[in-house]
Amino acid sequence: MNPYELTISQARTALDNKELSSRELTSSCLERIRSVDDTVHSFISVTEKKALQQADAADKEIAQGTPAPLCGIPFSLKDLLCTRGVTTTCGSKILENFVPPYDATVVEKLKGQGAVIVGKVAMDEFAMGSTSENCAFTIPENPWKPGFVAGGSSGGSATSVAAMECLASLGSDTGGSIRQPASLCGVVGLKPTYGRVSRYGLVAFASSLDQIGPLTRDVTDSAMMMNGISGYDKRDSTSVKQDIPDFTKALSEGMKGVRVGIPSEYFGEGLNNEVATVVESAIQSLRDAGAEIVEVSLPHTEYCVAVYYLIASAEASSNLARYDGVVYGYRDQNAESLIDMYRETRSNGFGDEVKRRILIGTYALSSGYYDAYYKKASQVRTLILNDFRNAYESCDLIISPVTPTPAWKRGAHAGDPLAMYLSDVLTISANLAGIPGLSVPGGFSNDGLPIGIQLQGPHFQEEVLLKAAYNLELATELGNRCPDI
Amino acid sequence: MKISRKEVEHVASLARLNMSEKELERMTGQLDTILSYVDKLDELETTGVTPTTHAFSINNAFREDEVQESLSVKEALANGPNENGEAFVVPRII
Repeated sequence: MNPYELTISQARTALDNKELSSRELTSSCLERIRSVDDTVHSFISVTEKKALQQADAADKEIAQGTPAPLCGIPFSLKDLLCTRGVTTTCGSKILENFVPPYDATVVEKLKGQGAVIVGKVAMDEFAMGSTSENCAFTIPENPWKPGFVAGGSSGGSATSVAAMECLASLGSDTGGSIRQPASLCGVVGLKPTYGRVSRYGLVAFASSLDQIGPLTRDVTDSAMMMNGISGYDKRDSTSVKQDIPDFTKALSEGMKGVRVGIPSEYFGEGLNNEVATVVESAIQSLRDAGAEIVEVSLPHTEYCVAVYYLIASAEASSNLARYDGVVYGYRDQNAESLIDMYRETRSNGFGDEVKRRILIGTYALSSGYYDAYYKKASQVRTLILNDFRNAYESCDLIISPVTPTPAWKRGAHAGDPLAMYLSDVLTISANLAGIPGLSVPGGFSNDGLPIGIQLQGPHFQEEVLLKAAYNLELATELGNRCPDI
Repeated sequence: MKISRKEVEHVASLARLNMSEKELERMTGQLDTILSYVDKLDELETTGVTPTTHAFSINNAFREDEVQESLSVKEALANGPNENGEAFVVPRII
């Protein structure tokens, strides 16, 4: 077995037993990147030298005795997490040369544990997209089937973990950007409750929806990562002062006493048959494990896409106003006036999808349209939040598909942004409601493409999601699977 | 039509974006499709519903006003596309 094939928990044991050094493990991942990244295109930058230094430092810590749980483990980071001294592009030409002077809180936490960062991975520009095809630098490919999308926007996080170029990755999820690529690439993706993980140092897309979370090869690793990144941070005033449990303790066999809700609205028109079959089989597994299955209703589901694309775009248009070519990033050097400099810089620096969302958002916030669009969407957001509140009166978690279909061919939605937006229908409500959501592998399509199962829970109930996912993983035996690349 | 080409041009100008004729045309069509879709929200009666701007309402995250370490001038200017060692330089305004 190659070291890169280990999960975090397996590597932890091997490192602690001195059967393996972090340098060996890190070198093994770097070697793997060299051999498969020309095929999967996960990485925007590989930080080999720094990674080996971090690995050596980790080996010293391990030799001294009590290493932290993530010490010596190689990770990749979505390229919108600020890394001190390492370029952070956000997948955009406008930040092509941006070198942050500080680390994001989550990066600081990983480094504080002695983790190893092997590089920064591909994403849709400013996390806007569902396939990672909007990345200005490299477009990740689904490791299970050439020519198929990896999903997005955390596509590089998903491919780097699925293709075993690192043991785990941190991504971000504004409308499904962790769960959807995790599902399409056959890994575990967890979007924590809004406020559970500090967003300090995460390049902002839609501040009321963005949340950082782990993509891992199995559920145990997801819990270990949650232990490592959760917690209040005074530098993010929206992070929440909430007790942090030991998430690994939630991983126990048996679902007795847990009520699993099935929302009929998530199983409607447009749901692919193979996806439906995989979800039905997951429901059966949970029932077999002792769970009680109940019907629930989320009646405003059909409005989520409309609400999301107004709110997310409105927040994005405001957040992205800062890219003006003055203090960092790309600047058009030919403009003669300040206004022209802003205009040329933004027009040349942003890609198509980003411009489209800035336009939608600016329009939705503009005088005369604010009430009809932004305010209306924010009111319907309340109704969506109430749907979940009501549903969780009668269940502890909600099970559903992650996406209506398995991965699709690259370029399939080119020129039709609305078709792309509609593919997010099952994941975006969790962000609107601020609740946690998890994607765990459930099976494969006849074409060999992974199909994930989505579990959503009440605020701060990540533990019940991890428990259910753990039980599904025991049933499917789909943890830590490697595609044939 | 939900949005005219002229309106798109106006919004682009508010957002400090230049658009070529071709780009304007394409964006107008796409924005029209998207805005027609979001009209779906009008099916819902929302009079009196309090808008949600954050999933949790956290009020006033106060902290003590303490002097803390911050970036040095050099570090703060390091990413500047044009700087003179003390400030960012931009095209002449007046």
